[in-house]
Amino acid sequence: MKVKYFAWVRERIGLAEETVEPPAGVRTVGDLIDWLATRGDEYAHAFETPGVIRAAIDHTHVKPDMTIAGAREIAFFPPMTGG
Amino acid sequence: MTVPVTIRIQDADFDIAREIEALTRGRTDIGAVVSFSGICRGSEADQDIAALTLEHYPGMAEAEIQRHVDDALSRWPLTGLTVIHRVGRLVPGDNIVLVLTASAHRQAAFSAAEFLMDYLKANAPFWKREERADGSTWVEAHHRDDEAAARWEKN
Repeated sequence: MKVKYFAWVRERIGLAEETVEPPAGVRTVGDLIDWLATRGDEYAHAFETPGVIRAAIDHTHVKPDMTIAGAREIAFFPPMTGG
Repeated sequence: MTVPVTIRIQDADFDIAREIEALTRGRTDIGAVVSFSGICRGSEADQDIAALTLEHYPGMAEAEIQRHVDDALSRWPLTGLTVIHRVGRLVPGDNIVLVLTASAHRQAAFSAAEFLMDYLKANAPFWKREERADGSTWVEAHHRDDEAAARWEKN
């Protein structure tokens, strides 16, 4: 699946997007955050406070307990500050 | 009749008078237009701001604005809506966002404009980075923005 990062999540990881193949045990958005955080220091830094991170699946806001089954694009970002 | 809706995300500035004219031209069913503009401030918490850079999530930003527009249309008898959000680097005094709501009577237009801004601030995927003399940082979300959005939630 494609994963996108925005704002300081993007800056800390050093990537705007990538394709990842998480292992079978990774079932929810929260699982995916925990798994991504193990992929290196940059990821650990980006996801060091998981409660702050917001997520969207295929352009719709989702909670950490949402399943990632069938997702094409998952995005992670800080709370929004537009307007 | 389908309500005319304009949603744009753009680098360029917008002309408020021209956008109102585009919304109301040839229409005789509009009795009220409310216009809200968000403008880049020159200071925050007594610190001068040199510029703001706005990042967005292309695709989702448009979809999220559309969702809130649809929600507004289901709540109030609106006859037209325009939402324009700028991205890129903006300096103090620059326009950031425009919301226009049209209706036969003012109350629906006032309420819908406030609702849309509260929801956009809390839910539309845009992020501001602030440039100051001592460096640049991402703007932190305000709890009050979530509270402003929450007061519109239906029980």
